[in-house]
Amino acid sequence: MDTMAAIKQTFFQECEEQLVELESGLLALEDGTSEPDTINAVFRAVHSIKGGAGAFGLEQLVRFAHAFETALDLVRGGKLTATRAILKTMLSAADVLADLVRITREDGVADDAEITRMVQQLEAISHGGAAAAGSQPADAEPADDLDFVPIQISLADLIGAGPSGTRSFKIRFEPKTGFYARANEPLVMLREISRLGAMRVTCDQTRLPSLTELDPEGAYLAWEIHLDTESDESALRDIFEFVEFDCDISIEEKQVEADFDTDAFAQLMSLASGQTPPMAQPLEPRTEQIAAEIASRNESETANRKSDANKGFNQAGATIRVDLERVERLIDLVGELVINQAMLSQRVAEARIARSSALAMGLDELEQLSREIQDSVMAIRAQPVKPIFQRMSRVVREAADMTGKSVTLHCDGDSTEVDKTVIERLTDPLTHMIRNAIDHGIEKPEVRLAAGKPESGHIRLAAMHRSGRVVIEVSDDGGGINRERVRSAAIAKGLIEPEAQLSDEEIDNLIFLPGFSTAATVTDMSGRGVGMDVVKRSIQALGGRISIASTPGRGSTFVMSLPLTLAVLDGMIVSVADETLIVPLTAIVETLKPSTGDIYHMGGDSRVIRIRDTFVPLIDIGHVLGYRNKLADPQNCVVVLIDLEGHARRALLVDTIQGQRQVVIKSLEANYRRVDGIAAATILGDGRVALILDVDAVVENANGKAASSASESLDLDHDTHARAPQRAHDFATELEPEPVE
Amino acid sequence: MKKTILTVDDSRTMREMLKATLLGAGYEVMQAEDGVHGLEVLEGAMPDVILTDINMPRMDGFGFIEGVRRDSRYRSVPILVLTTEGEPEKKDRARRAGATGWIVKPFDPEKLINAIRRLAA
Repeated sequence: MDTMAAIKQTFFQECEEQLVELESGLLALEDGTSEPDTINAVFRAVHSIKGGAGAFGLEQLVRFAHAFETALDLVRGGKLTATRAILKTMLSAADVLADLVRITREDGVADDAEITRMVQQLEAISHGGAAAAGSQPADAEPADDLDFVPIQISLADLIGAGPSGTRSFKIRFEPKTGFYARANEPLVMLREISRLGAMRVTCDQTRLPSLTELDPEGAYLAWEIHLDTESDESALRDIFEFVEFDCDISIEEKQVEADFDTDAFAQLMSLASGQTPPMAQPLEPRTEQIAAEIASRNESETANRKSDANKGFNQAGATIRVDLERVERLIDLVGELVINQAMLSQRVAEARIARSSALAMGLDELEQLSREIQDSVMAIRAQPVKPIFQRMSRVVREAADMTGKSVTLHCDGDSTEVDKTVIERLTDPLTHMIRNAIDHGIEKPEVRLAAGKPESGHIRLAAMHRSGRVVIEVSDDGGGINRERVRSAAIAKGLIEPEAQLSDEEIDNLIFLPGFSTAATVTDMSGRGVGMDVVKRSIQALGGRISIASTPGRGSTFVMSLPLTLAVLDGMIVSVADETLIVPLTAIVETLKPSTGDIYHMGGDSRVIRIRDTFVPLIDIGHVLGYRNKLADPQNCVVVLIDLEGHARRALLVDTIQGQRQVVIKSLEANYRRVDGIAAATILGDGRVALILDVDAVVENANGKAASSASESLDLDHDTHARAPQRAHDFATELEPEPVE
Repeated sequence: MKKTILTVDDSRTMREMLKATLLGAGYEVMQAEDGVHGLEVLEGAMPDVILTDINMPRMDGFGFIEGVRRDSRYRSVPILVLTTEGEPEKKDRARRAGATGWIVKPFDPEKLINAIRRLAA
């Protein structure tokens, strides 16, 4: 049963694809961007799900898909116009179908009431359409298999013979032209009949014309067959199942003992086939000969076909499906290869071999190749963001329904490709941001109309590649961030000092602080105890950054910038207190050599550095990470200016800069444990392990240290709740030095 | 001497089920994903029986059957239509296009193999 289990797995994967197809099709129909084939694709999607579900005996799924399909079939056949209301119901039905597929996949039990309710809605649609068109919904399948059953039963009653006894049949079989045109083969039928018992065949050639008049594709022969068999007539009928319209058949059972009127039966049968029984004119001696000829011709033909057939195998299928584990293993191996190649290069450099030597040049080529292999392997895992964008349209629908607002979603760049692992972890943050946008951003219809905006709110989801990263934007045309409210809420929660002077941008960024929530009442949707801080955290965990831009009355835009892959990273290699660290290049704005006059002490361990008329907090990495107890002297150091989320800047103090390199990310968590301030690790060319800095976390740690040394009255447990005020305090300190100038 | 069956179906699930069933019954299997692909695969191959779905993107089963029958090389290859749609008019249209027989999905593996055996020369 392993094969079946594997196929079932395929079925559910395919269902997911069909559901995406279904939803995008319905959405296209709704917003008028559909193509003529869209409705067919939509129908096919549901049809396929039903077909597969039927094969696995998933009754509930079949029942639902059938009701859905019936309604879609009416639309497809032009018997029903897909109005907005109907499409809305169908979109809900698509959602229910998606849930049902997922529940079925997990062997769960779906809420039958919900299914039934939806089925009834679909049936109402179908009946409306069918009534208008004056026809019945297509449901002819069961009737299809019943063709011969009545005869079978009456026959058993008439004859009264048990199924085990030997019976004799006389069969007259006369193909018409269509029989051959549909690639039927009398020999094959005779062979099948002979399997049922002892057979005697006579070929009737009376209608065969002279050679000059013979149409090579005409039907001239008829056969009369005597069969002694233990099978009943239905087995015989089965053989002729496909040719009932393409030939005249009469089957009569020869009764020896039973008191049965064969003539009457023959008449009955011929009535059934609409034909009078033809007379047989046997030509026995030649029958065998013809059969033998046909057989030998077929033999050689089949042999020819055989050799041709093999050629076809290589052509089928331009894509293959690969287990994700294998791809991951490959990515791992390529990572090792790149590290190994780096080590080799370093050894060669150490051996002082001339750069122009054949060895060094070969190594350069190897480096190029490794890089290319790495890129190609990464591309295997890259997937378009389309499925996740599509999932968001459901989120929009549900959120709009729940809030009573009218919202449309517009997606751009949904073919942008991102690493699968990144995509998977984008769903939750995106869902949350969209719910937030609808719940807090988009205004109620009446408010919008009063503000001179269209009644229906608009959310735009866009993805694009920008300088080696993927950027995802979520924008709405709602009211924008209410800065007064955000500010007062932040003050009320003790997140900022009442007298703090914050720029608009800084106020907007307050919403990313842990525990921040402006909603007066906790709504069912976005108020589930998670705020934008969780969104920010999950984006950061992906090595990404998030920022917000908001215009009052015009709406807000969240911009997320994410790495294309979680497997490699461009980093700057720095030395700090004899340790080698990697600073992600994406965070770095610039590096500079500080002069003593630019450093200002702020009390405790806090220092700031003046960089072109702005003051930036200076963070000694070695001190924060505990490599050294004393603060380093900036004169012997290099400053790396970094950008934090929300555009705050910090200056990191490091000892020296070694260079810039792409490094393979190795999870520290998987191989060791989570370390605060460290995002991951990598292996350098010389085989040593280097830690990759999590700059935001390091900055937060530094805030903690600075705060504690400045004897702030804060509980410094390093948990999330304690951090919030420190960060807020930080907003203020960053601004204070300015008047000093 | 193994016989070769070409299956044309857009559903991966169905293709895998057909493949498992047919391989299990000792047939060689070639597969295509829609009518257009089916005609491509057929080029240079000679299956003993063709099994095709009706509802497919790009080219449906009717178009595919007509395409097969138009080519003199394939006029005598039996074609079984495999579809959930058992309505008489669908069956009739498939027959007019040149289909030899039909199987209703979800198919009973035994019935399918029987039907193929009945058609394969």
